[in-house]
Amino acid sequence: MIKIDAQNVDFYYGDFHALKHISMQIEAHTSVAFIGPSGCGKSTFLRLFNRMNDLIPDTHLTGNVFIDGRNIYDKSEKVDQLRKNVGMVFQKPNPFPKTIYENVAYGLRVNGINDESYIEETVVKTIKQVALWDEVKDKLRESAFALSGGQQQRLCIARALAISPSILLMDEPTSALDPISTGKIEDLIHELKEQYTIVIVTHNMQQAARVSDKTGYFYLGELIEYGDTRKIFTNPEKESTQNYITGRFG
Amino acid sequence: MRKFIEKLVEGGLLISGSISSLAILLIIVFLFKEAGGLFNSPVVEEGYVLALNKDNPVKHLSPEKIMDVFDAEITNWKELGGKDEDILVFRFSDLTNYYPEEELGDEFQYVPDKISELVNKEPGIIAFFPQQYLAKDFQGTVISGDKITPADFFAGTEWYPTSTPAPIFGLIPLLLGTLLVSIGAIIIALPFGLAVAIYLAEIANIKTRSFLKPVIELLAGIPSVVYGFFGLVVIVPLIQKILDLPVGETAFAGSVVLAIMALPTIITVAEDAMRTTPRAMKEASLALGATQWQTIYKVIIPYSISGITSAVVLGIGRAIGETMAVLMVTGNAAIIPTSFFEPVRTIPATIAAELGEAPAGGAHYEALFLLGAVLFIITLVLSITVEYISSKRKIK
Repeated sequence: MIKIDAQNVDFYYGDFHALKHISMQIEAHTSVAFIGPSGCGKSTFLRLFNRMNDLIPDTHLTGNVFIDGRNIYDKSEKVDQLRKNVGMVFQKPNPFPKTIYENVAYGLRVNGINDESYIEETVVKTIKQVALWDEVKDKLRESAFALSGGQQQRLCIARALAISPSILLMDEPTSALDPISTGKIEDLIHELKEQYTIVIVTHNMQQAARVSDKTGYFYLGELIEYGDTRKIFTNPEKESTQNYITGRFG
Repeated sequence: MRKFIEKLVEGGLLISGSISSLAILLIIVFLFKEAGGLFNSPVVEEGYVLALNKDNPVKHLSPEKIMDVFDAEITNWKELGGKDEDILVFRFSDLTNYYPEEELGDEFQYVPDKISELVNKEPGIIAFFPQQYLAKDFQGTVISGDKITPADFFAGTEWYPTSTPAPIFGLIPLLLGTLLVSIGAIIIALPFGLAVAIYLAEIANIKTRSFLKPVIELLAGIPSVVYGFFGLVVIVPLIQKILDLPVGETAFAGSVVLAIMALPTIITVAEDAMRTTPRAMKEASLALGATQWQTIYKVIIPYSISGITSAVVLGIGRAIGETMAVLMVTGNAAIIPTSFFEPVRTIPATIAAELGEAPAGGAHYEALFLLGAVLFIITLVLSITVEYISSKRKIK
């Protein structure tokens, strides 16, 4: 089943042509990694899926992006509803200056859920889901800033999962973390793949190889190659891809 | 050579820094020294004597009581804790009512004796006369030796700095006037200021913002007398007309003018604080399906609350210290305000209006300095509050 379907997407920051005629289909319950050198457009492309680029002034898009068959750039599409369905984890852990509990409960509250017992149940469930429960169960009412970077990032994943999205976008989720925390988050991605469709942008080629089913290689705003991760990393079709994954540039 | 110049510049900076710190310190010391002088001043106008009959059990009178006596508000010693005896007010000019001019001598050389005699004769007398006519063997109770006490000032409910024989320096009406006008200003300015700050920081597009922000900052640069003039010519008549008041120069008019003046400060500081909310924080909220308004009141305002508080406190600070505009529109009646819609007088306006006519070194002069010191302490407390709040933000 096709979850995300981008058709002929062109994206501009002012006059800068950031994405060039990109088409890509992402299947449900798979994890897809975007790789490529800095500035190649992979984060921009990722941020199209929950319309995060709308926040940047003076940008425009041509082409269509469908999620579950709906054109998310259609005028009738409600952005907040879309973002409920498409969760996002950012490069740097960015918990709110609230308690651990309230961080996870935030998404539920802003979506109009007031049933406190349901909120508590969901908070506990998602914190367990990201394997953070044992570390924070005694300090749910303490500030999220007291956690380590890796714990904060897992909290941010829990926060995104609490509103039960079907897609989880991860924009270099481990680039600010140490290897052990990175390992925990990669394990988590493996588990989450069963229930969610995961799109992850990463600079770390080993990570892409470890966590993804499919990989897309971007270069200068173009999608150079997109296919099974194993194939991309062992036998890429394009020379540019070959050069990048073998570390000859980028 | 270069090292020498660097040392020279460093020395220059050190000297200018110390000089300005020293200057500020000197101003504060001067302020408090002059202000403290008030409590060494006699209750009665300097160079004059206030005396009672020696048998009168009343030995001390506060400035306010003295004024009541001379205004004939109090006419019996009973009310002042004395015997049931009518008060006989004697002013120096009344002397000829008691003694024909020829008895006083060609050069008034017998005046001291006559006054002394009169005070001894009349049990209910309160006599007010120049110091030079105080007889050497005067037997009455001289109450003009009393000093003005801190209670007279800090708990005093009236401000009559030029009343004779005893000027009255009561802080309360001026302090209440200041607080009323300032609090009113904040109540008016805060919702508008925050609304504009939120609009500028989060909603306005770049074009609108780059036009509005400098305009608002320009407002901060307009001299306060211009605001005062505007208030006097536009706001005061408007208030009088709309609210159908006998006078438009009220605490409310002062608050409105001050609110307009405090707005740029509140807007700029609050907006800057809101803009320090990390983009990641906003994006995290929006990415969870929060609307822009939910993000503003659930993330941005809580995140920048200490900056917003600073904005408010700075706004209050500006309002409390403001002189000229308030002087022009509040009507300047030094009475304890009972409503928002009557004339009041603030501390800074009092200093500005009266310092010119207060003789240097006199009690009135010192009282004005004391007012200045009170104002200084209020603004100091406010600045410390701001410091405390913003340091708390840094720790978090």
